[in-house]
Amino acid sequence: MSGQGLSAVGVEAVGMTMRFGGFTALEDVTVRVPAGSFHALLGENGAGKSTLVKCMMGFYRPTSGQMLVEDREATIDSPRDAASFGLGMVYQHFTLVPSLTGAENLVISREKVPAVIDWRRERKDLATFMETMPFRLPLDVPVRELAAGEKQKLEIVKQLYLGRRFLVLDEPTSVLTPGEAEEVLGIVRGMTEAARLTVLMISHKFPEITAFADDFTVLRKGRLTGSGKVADHDRKAMAAMMIGDQPIATLDQRKPVAPDAAPVLEVKGVKAPDRSGLKSIEIADLTIRSGEIVGIAGISGNGQKEFFEILAGQRPPETGAIAVKSKAYGASRRESRALNVRYIPEEPLRNACAPRMTVAENMAFRTFDLDSEGRPARWISAGAIRRFAADLVARFKVKTASLASPIQSLSGGNVQRAVLARELTGRVDLLIVANPCFGLDFSAVAEIRARIMKARNEGAAVLLISEDLDELLELSDRILVMSDGALVYETPIATASVQTIGEHMAGHH
Amino acid sequence: MSERASPSAGAVEWLARRAEAFVLPLAALIVGLLAFSVFLLFLGKSPLQLFELMWRGGFGSWFSVQNTLSRAAPLLLSALCVALPARLGLVVIGGEGAIVLGGVAAAAAGYALSGAPAFVGIVAMGLASMAAGALWIGAVGALRHYRAVNETISSLLMAYIAIALMNHFVEGPLRDPASLNKPSTHPIDPAFAIGDIPGMDVHWGLVVGIVACVISSILIEKTSWGFAARIAGGNVRAAQVQGLAVGPLIVGFCALAGGFAGLAGMIEVAAVQGNANASIAAGYGYTGILVAFLARHNPLAIIPVALLLGGIDASGGLLQRRMGLPDATVQVLQGMIFLVILFSETFYGRFKAFNPDLWQRRR
Repeated sequence: MSGQGLSAVGVEAVGMTMRFGGFTALEDVTVRVPAGSFHALLGENGAGKSTLVKCMMGFYRPTSGQMLVEDREATIDSPRDAASFGLGMVYQHFTLVPSLTGAENLVISREKVPAVIDWRRERKDLATFMETMPFRLPLDVPVRELAAGEKQKLEIVKQLYLGRRFLVLDEPTSVLTPGEAEEVLGIVRGMTEAARLTVLMISHKFPEITAFADDFTVLRKGRLTGSGKVADHDRKAMAAMMIGDQPIATLDQRKPVAPDAAPVLEVKGVKAPDRSGLKSIEIADLTIRSGEIVGIAGISGNGQKEFFEILAGQRPPETGAIAVKSKAYGASRRESRALNVRYIPEEPLRNACAPRMTVAENMAFRTFDLDSEGRPARWISAGAIRRFAADLVARFKVKTASLASPIQSLSGGNVQRAVLARELTGRVDLLIVANPCFGLDFSAVAEIRARIMKARNEGAAVLLISEDLDELLELSDRILVMSDGALVYETPIATASVQTIGEHMAGHH
Repeated sequence: MSERASPSAGAVEWLARRAEAFVLPLAALIVGLLAFSVFLLFLGKSPLQLFELMWRGGFGSWFSVQNTLSRAAPLLLSALCVALPARLGLVVIGGEGAIVLGGVAAAAAGYALSGAPAFVGIVAMGLASMAAGALWIGAVGALRHYRAVNETISSLLMAYIAIALMNHFVEGPLRDPASLNKPSTHPIDPAFAIGDIPGMDVHWGLVVGIVACVISSILIEKTSWGFAARIAGGNVRAAQVQGLAVGPLIVGFCALAGGFAGLAGMIEVAAVQGNANASIAAGYGYTGILVAFLARHNPLAIIPVALLLGGIDASGGLLQRRMGLPDATVQVLQGMIFLVILFSETFYGRFKAFNPDLWQRRR
């Protein structure tokens, strides 16, 4: 049962193309991972990394393309097929059963588990198996008592125990501390050097790639944009392949920011706990003036979500002050209405809409409690809501079968158009936007960016939190980088360099 | 945006969107009755006789209709105690607790105000019962929103506490020494008793229940509070980003729901029992859960559903006598219908006929 005596396998994916309907997620990508090598797969969110490894592991059936294992054609139609070739995957999040011990987790994960388990024999076998590992793990305590690094090691041990000799690691260090990350990757590196294992690691952290990987492949928007030996490339070159180094497009209708433009949003010394409650978000000083777009760049999970929640009043800060137009601001409905503050959260269907309510009702969320003169109203009129929505649907070109359709029946781009229509009508002084174009098609993206630029030109201060650097470079007047819960770098757009920004995003400097 | 070809197509679409909420519960009800028929066949009884007796016992004569209407009255109010929080996404199943506390509060107020004008006494009893129920279910909402306590569990457990409290008051501080066999509170002033609707053997509680359903419907469909509650119930994150005060909405709707359930307790005391005793914990709070789910938490739909369930309830005695079925038969039937209703939840949105958005492939 154990992986003793087995050696690493080489894997090659040739000409992988994956289309979902009209959308091409992956186009003609070839990756060669020789036996015993440590290969890094790089790319921004949505670049096609997950699609590629899912095709390789049999979760998806690629539209076209071929898998080679040890230079022989391999038909991999399911994860089970992948397993039979010795291919395995370690996910970003743990898949162990927390209440069971390490030993129990290993034994039950086997494909064939006897109806009655002879635990004494299993323990002896496991002990022999663990002898072959370059590190020790406590296998007799429940997994929930293990530290994150130990869990990640156990995930890797599990794959070896199941006889896998090629492993895909999906951002394996995203849940680890830097120390743990270094230890786990060091162990994996040792195993590849001992030719026990071949590794393909998805990552966007440059330090760990330069320290541990042999080769790399970069994807961008579903295409291969670079590959080679890590030793022959510096981080700047890899960042350029990942982000693209086309000239920064300035929308020609961008008006210059007036030198005396009034500050609209001021955030000073704000501190709040993050999701895990272990780290904190600290925004020392951020001012956004009327008529400028300030972009916040950063890799997902560095505190951007929490920052949005602080500004939207969903996460009360422990200390610090937020002011809008020099007035203390707590994000109540009354305050946001009086100061013309609007929010466009990421994933609009999940965060800005009630999916089962109708398109018309969703478009009325901001104004249902006002009468036609803008005074507070206690009675709502279905007719007025419908007329209001019909007008917005026409002006913002929202494609919907009917105003009475539930908003969840709309495509992602049209949900976002409906939300923009709701939030961008009337006077806007401060607009706070998060990942507005994530997962949308190109035409919707262009239109939504134009709407944001238009709001800016009409005098709104815009805070744009985005994981898409292209978007930030296209829209922002200034770019700040958020890393580990703090704003660590700031540059005006004129001197913005994707390389420098990318390095700050990756936690370098 | 595709324009509809004719007004009739628009009407068909309108009908289709609303038909689902009617057809699916009806189908679930029928499946529940069929499942119960199988159960009867195993007992060697005739399902046809059962349905015939149910009809006769619930709706077959003026007498049985009046019986049904009387039983429907508390169901209307106790169903609102489930339906209103459900519009905010809360599953509250402890209406029974608000009913019994409402009953005790009403009996205490009715005894304390003996001799006052009838109007004052009745209004005071109503307000006392609503306050007690509002406090109880409002607390459930507050625990849920501010302390993240699961409202389903807490409301159920609080119902047990409420029943224990009622027993304490009825057997202790509020006990009428004259009530020997069945501990009860002092009887309320007979002037405060709620009488029958003229020409019927049905008390005014039925009208109170129907008015409460209509008010709830207007609140949810026509006011900005109701709209805000629907947003919060549809997606609490979206409501928060819109700056809506989700906490006060949840507590407020729960308190109103509890107030209606408390009113049901007051009506039990003022129209039926004349004082508060263990009989007011008659299970209306639990049947109300079934009524609300069958009505898909639509306050207006609660009215016909409560009549239907009241009818089934009213036929219980007849079933017992004619078919030799045990007393709990009606509860078994209700349980089966409830299970099928819960299963039917998975079918919403699955049928093309009810979903005009699937009628034409859009690009």
